[in-house]
Amino acid sequence: MTSLDQNAAPGRLPAIPHSSPVTGFWTLYRKEWLRFWRVSVQTILAPILTALLFLVVFAYSLRGRVDVFPGVDYAAFLVPGLAMMSVLQNAFANSSSSLMQSKMTGNIVFVLLPPLSHQEFFGAYLLAAVARGMVVGAGVLVATVWFVDLKLVYPLWAAAFALGGSGVMGALGIVAGIHSEKVDELAAFQNFIILPLTFLSGVFYSIHSLPPVWQAASHLNPIFYMVDGFRYGFFGASDVSPWLSLAIVGTSLFALSFFNLWLLRSGYKLRH
Amino acid sequence: MIPAIQLDGVSKHYDGIRALDGVSLTIGQGEFFGLLGPNGAGKTTLINILAGLVLASSGSARVLGHDVVADYRAARRALGVVPQELVFDPFLTVREALDFQSGYFGLRNNRDWIEEVMHHLDLAERASTNMRALSGGMKRRVLVALALVHKPPVIVLDEPTAGVDVELRQALWQFVRRLNHDGHTIVLTTHYLEEAEALCSRIAMLKHGRIVALDTTQNLLRLHLGCYLELRLQPDRLPESLAALVTLRREGGYRLGLRDYAEVERVIAELRSAGISIQELEVLQPDLEEIFVQIMRKS
Repeated sequence: MTSLDQNAAPGRLPAIPHSSPVTGFWTLYRKEWLRFWRVSVQTILAPILTALLFLVVFAYSLRGRVDVFPGVDYAAFLVPGLAMMSVLQNAFANSSSSLMQSKMTGNIVFVLLPPLSHQEFFGAYLLAAVARGMVVGAGVLVATVWFVDLKLVYPLWAAAFALGGSGVMGALGIVAGIHSEKVDELAAFQNFIILPLTFLSGVFYSIHSLPPVWQAASHLNPIFYMVDGFRYGFFGASDVSPWLSLAIVGTSLFALSFFNLWLLRSGYKLRH
Repeated sequence: MIPAIQLDGVSKHYDGIRALDGVSLTIGQGEFFGLLGPNGAGKTTLINILAGLVLASSGSARVLGHDVVADYRAARRALGVVPQELVFDPFLTVREALDFQSGYFGLRNNRDWIEEVMHHLDLAERASTNMRALSGGMKRRVLVALALVHKPPVIVLDEPTAGVDVELRQALWQFVRRLNHDGHTIVLTTHYLEEAEALCSRIAMLKHGRIVALDTTQNLLRLHLGCYLELRLQPDRLPESLAALVTLRREGGYRLGLRDYAEVERVIAELRSAGISIQELEVLQPDLEEIFVQIMRKS
């Protein structure tokens, strides 16, 4: 009987090929990128169109009626908020839906059988979620820049909050994807937690236009700090200090990352 | 020599259900090992514990000396698993699925081996086909290929020929024999007992999460002494003295279980004395299926 492997030594135990520690992480990231890129009409173009529709409807209906920052047109005020809302929602959707679908179809085994470390697993799904969030956010800005006069006063601040915010939502999406066992459960997460928090985060208004009790409530919403900080990068003005926002986003990202690694180590709902 | 697989007192409980109960088992390197048992016996749970898909409630499992929990990376590098279910990623072609799987195991520049595996599994012509478009048999071949991309020394196949046609089953048997010939340790679970009898040198039988038999295939076959006698009689009746030997009765025939070949003569003599003529007579050797049924009934 001829050997299957031309390099095999007859009668000897097959040697395990040498493997690279970074390749596993990079491969999983590439697969996750491919997963959303191959259906980009649904995952990228559709959210950009949705943001454009929000801009058209809200800018025309609320322009001149809502006080935002001094000297800032309402439509221009709206754009960074819409871009950031798209970044956050799509970062969450990418990781949560990918894990959920893999679990439902059973092909999650192809990721659980290999020797990927918990850090590689988490890092790849997180980076892909950030990538999709950033691509959608950039697309929203590119699509809307034709309709408003938009400035970017502090681009590094904007980038920091876009990356940090998409990281937080991507990490939250991993938690949701691991926990959810049915489509209903994930939909509940999105409809009752993510959607309300993003809509009530100051995307469409400055919180200073709210009554004090609602201003205080907004400060309890972590997404508010992401949107406010991102907007600071465009106008140099914000409802709260950008350093406070950065600290909250950074702490949230750290805590969620730690929690995710703990979940993965425990095997919760991935390894029975 | 380090065993390929070592299980020490492995138990798994799910909400009061005991899927595995203190299973201890050693499989040597290069063995072709069969794991048999009825549905719900714990075979897949045992495999999933080895693969790290399920965490044992107690006990330890090792692959080539590497604990599947404490040293999970080394254990998983040494193990290839062909799952029972026909799962696939609908976004990928066959080649992409193999490339990605290879990458998950940390392997770069593995294209030559992937092409070789595809060739041996008759997947080369479908390399650019999306997984969704493949037949069940082709998907089964891809699952085998996915388990081999990282050249694991230990390969576990969970009912690899379930629902496949005869031609593919024969091809897979031949392929798995070659893998074993090359030195890979093979662990096979199957409901096709003739498959286990033909391929496996040693067999464990599981029932209700426990090992109820563990021996070489030859020794298990020798557990059943004697043979079977298939008879078609005219008139279609059996003398009372032979009624206790009946193991199967169907229209127009009887199957008698005999302790040894010498009893054949006694049976013929008794039939002649009763004025019953033998229309057809066949002597059958016991097979693994008979042994399996007997052991499952006793346990």
